Amino acid sequence: MSIFLRNWQSVLALALVVTSFAFLPIVSSGAGGTSWPIVLLLVAGAVGGVALGNTVAVSAVLFIAAHGAVWLLLSALTDHAGRATPSFWLLLAASWLLAWRLVTVLSAIRTRDRRTDILLRLFIPFLFGAWLLILWEAIVGGAGIPFVLLPPPSAVAARFANSLPILAADVNQTIFKAVLFGYGVGCGAGFLAAIVADRFTFMQRGLLPIGNLVSALPIIGIAPIMVMWFGFDWQSKAAVVIIMTFFPMLVNTVTGLAAAGHMERDLMRTYASGYWQTLAKLRLPAAMPFIFNALKINSTLALIGAIVAEFFGTPVVGMGFRISTEVGRMNVDMVWAEIAVAALAGSVFYGVVALAERAVTFWHPSIRGG
Amino acid sequence: MTDRFRDKLLPVTVLLLGIIALWYAGAYAMNAPFQRDLDRRAGETPAFSEFFVRTMTQPKPTLPAPHQVAQNFFENTFLRKVTSSRSLVYHAGITLSSTLAGFAIGTLLGILIAVGIVHVTALDRSLMPWIITSQTIPILALAPMIIVVLAAVGITGLIPKALISTYLSFFPVAVGMVKGLRSPDVLHLDLMRTYNASRWQTFWKLRLPASVPFLFASMKVAVAASLVGAIVGELPTGAVAGIGAKLLNGSYYSQTIDMFSALVAGSIVAALLVAAVGLVGRLVERGMGGRPA
Repeated sequence: MSIFLRNWQSVLALALVVTSFAFLPIVSSGAGGTSWPIVLLLVAGAVGGVALGNTVAVSAVLFIAAHGAVWLLLSALTDHAGRATPSFWLLLAASWLLAWRLVTVLSAIRTRDRRTDILLRLFIPFLFGAWLLILWEAIVGGAGIPFVLLPPPSAVAARFANSLPILAADVNQTIFKAVLFGYGVGCGAGFLAAIVADRFTFMQRGLLPIGNLVSALPIIGIAPIMVMWFGFDWQSKAAVVIIMTFFPMLVNTVTGLAAAGHMERDLMRTYASGYWQTLAKLRLPAAMPFIFNALKINSTLALIGAIVAEFFGTPVVGMGFRISTEVGRMNVDMVWAEIAVAALAGSVFYGVVALAERAVTFWHPSIRGG
Repeated sequence: MTDRFRDKLLPVTVLLLGIIALWYAGAYAMNAPFQRDLDRRAGETPAFSEFFVRTMTQPKPTLPAPHQVAQNFFENTFLRKVTSSRSLVYHAGITLSSTLAGFAIGTLLGILIAVGIVHVTALDRSLMPWIITSQTIPILALAPMIIVVLAAVGITGLIPKALISTYLSFFPVAVGMVKGLRSPDVLHLDLMRTYNASRWQTFWKLRLPASVPFLFASMKVAVAASLVGAIVGELPTGAVAGIGAKLLNGSYYSQTIDMFSALVAGSIVAALLVAAVGLVGRLVERGMGGRPA
């Protein structure tokens, strides 16, 4: 009994496949010839997943069964959008259950080999993301959801590939002009202000509560004012980004500068090192984890600030401009393509900062440990 | 008490006064060119003191002086009827309602996701990396599309805005709760095992109480994010009502004073929300027997 309990996904998948026999074919307009390979694949996957003992063999069988079946299901939908029968949904659910079983099997693997471990760490979330897209595509196609409401990922990808020059121009305007400039100036100013605040205790006592308060405020609201002051071009967006990134940097750096321990500071004093020497050799390195925390928070804030500021007025280029105008024209696939670009840019930005953090704070336990 | 005054209140007050002085200086500097232009056209050459006063009393200044904002804020908050569309209380109330709705749903969703991640290994390995990645995505860019697309299928009003707030507020809660639910140390978990406690009992009696401080810390972040989401969500609706709409309206008609007082209103709402969450957190912790550190 316990073997079935442990493999409940496979058992349930099998039950769904059997139930789906009652509603064949999978699309309501003839063309039922393709459904048998799907059923066979799913049955083989479900049975093989339970019967085989070897983890590698089980994963391989589940992988091929789930993805082969769902690929056939999706290709059956071409030209038959919106005409899925209950059988289609049951088979889709069955292949999803097999994929879930696959993830469960993979997650249970404990390996000592470093490379396999990293591969698994990347592959499992990748599977999850892929299935998110697969289900999105299948549900939009199968239920015939109107294009305006939610375009299928395939259409978004096609639009993405077809409008690369427009997207590149938008990225150039929003990210390379507004975000990077604002991010650099904002973080730099926040850092310098923190050093000044650190030099004068009075400033620090006053700035920390104010900085903490301002960090919680909806600073994004200054966007229309900045657009009014600095015009429609990238300067106004950079100004928004500067103000948004300033306070997190200030608060985190001030906190970080207090992070060095008493022992280390006393040691520096026994070396007769002055304020600036202690700052450069002890306290700034000790503050680096906090500073990088702020840099990471700011990488997201900067993108949000620039894009939202563009909703208030831009020249006819830029990611926020494109999103707001294409929404108005109901070109939803273009909007999704732009959001994909924003997501990609945001992740790359964050990734670069995280890599720099690994390189700079290599001594920190959180990095040494992992 | 005097220590508290010297260490905290005095520096903050001095700094705030400094900021206000800087603000006045900035208002003079930014409004002066336009005022000079006006005076030249009117053929007047006012004395400096007169000129200074004029820069502070423009109807549509580039940077309104603090007292102008304060006066506008006072008028629109206390002197108008709450139901009037010019009342800031009315607009703040509308923004607040979608903020709170989104915050409530987002917090629940975040807690549920965290419970799932802590208890199901498959979810932990597959979903957690995506939650962290999604933090790096400028999700606010989705706001206009959610609003317009939902309006196209006939869903308008509170729900789309609350949806954006939900989106922004569930990440901090989920991440904080995962940390919190995992915060009991091995010793305590082992103790639960020696009691032969089931997973369910361990969850209710150990993990959940241990996660409460983390929950409230992340809820503070979430409620601020939720307010930002509600404000941005009001922008594409065509400026009907709410603090975001007030900002957009102000920017259409260059009503800088209105915009600044809307900003002040938003900031006060944010500060009140964060303070309220902090207060509830402290009450809950005291109710659970926590001692102030």
